[in-house]
Amino acid sequence: MDEITKYQDQSSGRDHVRRVFNAMLTARVLENKLGSLYKAGKIVGGVYLGKGQEAVSAAMASCLEKGKDVYAPLIRDQAGRTAFGEELIDCTRTYLGSVNGPMRGRDGNIHRGRPAEGMLAMISHLGAAIPVVAGMLLAKRLKGELDGVVGATCVGDGCTSTGAFHEGLNTAAVEKLPLVLTVANNQYAYSTPNDRQFACENLVDKAVGYGVRGHSVDGTDMLACIEVMHEAVSRARAGDGPQLVVASMLRLTGHGEHDDGSYVDAALRNSGLGRDSIEIGIKQLVEGGFASVEEVEQWQDDAANRVQEAVAIAQKEDSPDPYQDDWMAYSNAEMQMQK
Amino acid sequence: MSDVTYIEAIHAALDESMDQDSSVFLYGQDIGKFGGAFKATKGLLEKYPGRVLDAPISEDAMAGVAIGAAIEGARPVLEMQFADFSSVAFNQIINQAATHYYRTGVPVPLTMRLPSGGTPGSGPFHSQSMESIYAHYPGLVVVTPATVADAYSMLLDSIKLDDPVIYCEHKFLYRWLKSKDLAGDNLPIGQARITRPGKHATVVTYSAMVHEAVRAAEMLQKDGGWEIEVVDLRSVKPLDTDTIIASVARTGRLLALGEAFPWGGVTAEVVSRVCADGFHLLDAPPVRLNAKDTPIPYHPKLWSSHRPTPESIAEELRKLLAY
Repeated sequence: MDEITKYQDQSSGRDHVRRVFNAMLTARVLENKLGSLYKAGKIVGGVYLGKGQEAVSAAMASCLEKGKDVYAPLIRDQAGRTAFGEELIDCTRTYLGSVNGPMRGRDGNIHRGRPAEGMLAMISHLGAAIPVVAGMLLAKRLKGELDGVVGATCVGDGCTSTGAFHEGLNTAAVEKLPLVLTVANNQYAYSTPNDRQFACENLVDKAVGYGVRGHSVDGTDMLACIEVMHEAVSRARAGDGPQLVVASMLRLTGHGEHDDGSYVDAALRNSGLGRDSIEIGIKQLVEGGFASVEEVEQWQDDAANRVQEAVAIAQKEDSPDPYQDDWMAYSNAEMQMQK
Repeated sequence: MSDVTYIEAIHAALDESMDQDSSVFLYGQDIGKFGGAFKATKGLLEKYPGRVLDAPISEDAMAGVAIGAAIEGARPVLEMQFADFSSVAFNQIINQAATHYYRTGVPVPLTMRLPSGGTPGSGPFHSQSMESIYAHYPGLVVVTPATVADAYSMLLDSIKLDDPVIYCEHKFLYRWLKSKDLAGDNLPIGQARITRPGKHATVVTYSAMVHEAVRAAEMLQKDGGWEIEVVDLRSVKPLDTDTIIASVARTGRLLALGEAFPWGGVTAEVVSRVCADGFHLLDAPPVRLNAKDTPIPYHPKLWSSHRPTPESIAEELRKLLAY
């Protein structure tokens, strides 16, 4: 327990709460902008937003240390990406197809990352990142560099039905790896509601079956998310093995911006799950004395400026040129066939 | 030097790779204390403690773990117990490992060993040849060693390569194929070899079928004095089109031979490339010979007719030569 407390003390407190909220707010401002750009026809391909999941996403990534830990964000983790330290320009360049982005136009939108900096670039297949994070941790163990390190990834309720989820979590448990696996249970996988996705009463019950520790949290409650993520990440760092965190909330957007989400049950929208974690966060900041209303307004203006700047830069940059791309799928040029 | 078998060559390459590079580790089912279903890793856990890891029966996660470890700078060698089971890992290999370098610029130096091909009595799910499936995907290197020396040197090369390699080792060759020469000629991955020079027809093949092709060539040599050239592709991706075309230029006749299923695949690729780039060199329509278009049967009598044999290869060659 002492070990866990030690890690908790490193990053808890007032600054941490303010940092988490800033990432949430920045993500919301950025995503509103991405939505507008999509509707204006400025973005090729889909736009996938994390509205409603900002608290859990930012809370998890805020407990990670870039350069040391491993982070594999998924489709609705803009807030987590920002909290982890991804520059806004990486996002706008990827969405707007700038050749200067981390994916150089070879992949788009949320399928971006900087693996060399510990942030994986997701593929679309759900659950696929779970064993990959485990493998990165395993390699660190082999190098003798795992001490105090964690790997974290986020999936949705739909992912819990995949074989990849089962195999990945089981394997991490067998190896007792410091993996924090968060399930953002946002009630829908695209249009499929939970009652067509799984039959268990609560997804966190799965933790017992895998022999890992389970945590539940109200994903709309920013402070609760911070507390639970802290606990889970600290336990993983201290050698307690994989942690399964199930956060519940409602997706406050369609699956993508092409989807109006009209199938979402009105009763869910009006329930506690449908609360907006940003609004709750503001209330918690002010009531808890973490920040004043004026500060929050200032942060909002700052975020808007930073987003505007990141969009403006990316919009001015060149798109990829098929005559300039090296068309190399191999790092060893000898392996590349020309036709 | 005493005789070394094909499986011993694989063992030796694993041993040497682990000895030379501490970032190499082995991951697979039953490979630790048990030494693997085919004993390819026997004794390596004792020699390299902590670097031979038994995996749960989770091929998808095994591949994912290997990919993650490779991204992190390790050099995992993943053993699939049978090539057939790699179908469960397919998503990770083709979507994660194969795309990673192109998408992110970060290579994935993993080697996936696939005990491939048929042996008598193995049946539909322990006999498959998956090379064509993996070769279809950009970003993967697919090697198919046919000799003891290639099994050794190509595994060393595969592990050293920064790109993901699908190493297809043929189970039928494990025990009976022996050689005193482990070093071999050290051809690089991507270069084919003329196993047997000839001038009347070319057989382009790989893996265990190289040996069946040589037997057929010997039959035709005895029976008619035909000189059949046998080209061992060694790697099917990249494919050494230059060596194939040069051989067809000498002989004017092509038989593309493989043990995999007939629809598409390596033999279709060879024929299509020769037709496109060397049509003017052909004196006869090119021929393909593959396994039958059914699942691989269990009973040895059925199995030995399912795959090409020296007799069926010789028969196709006779037709080709008579054209």
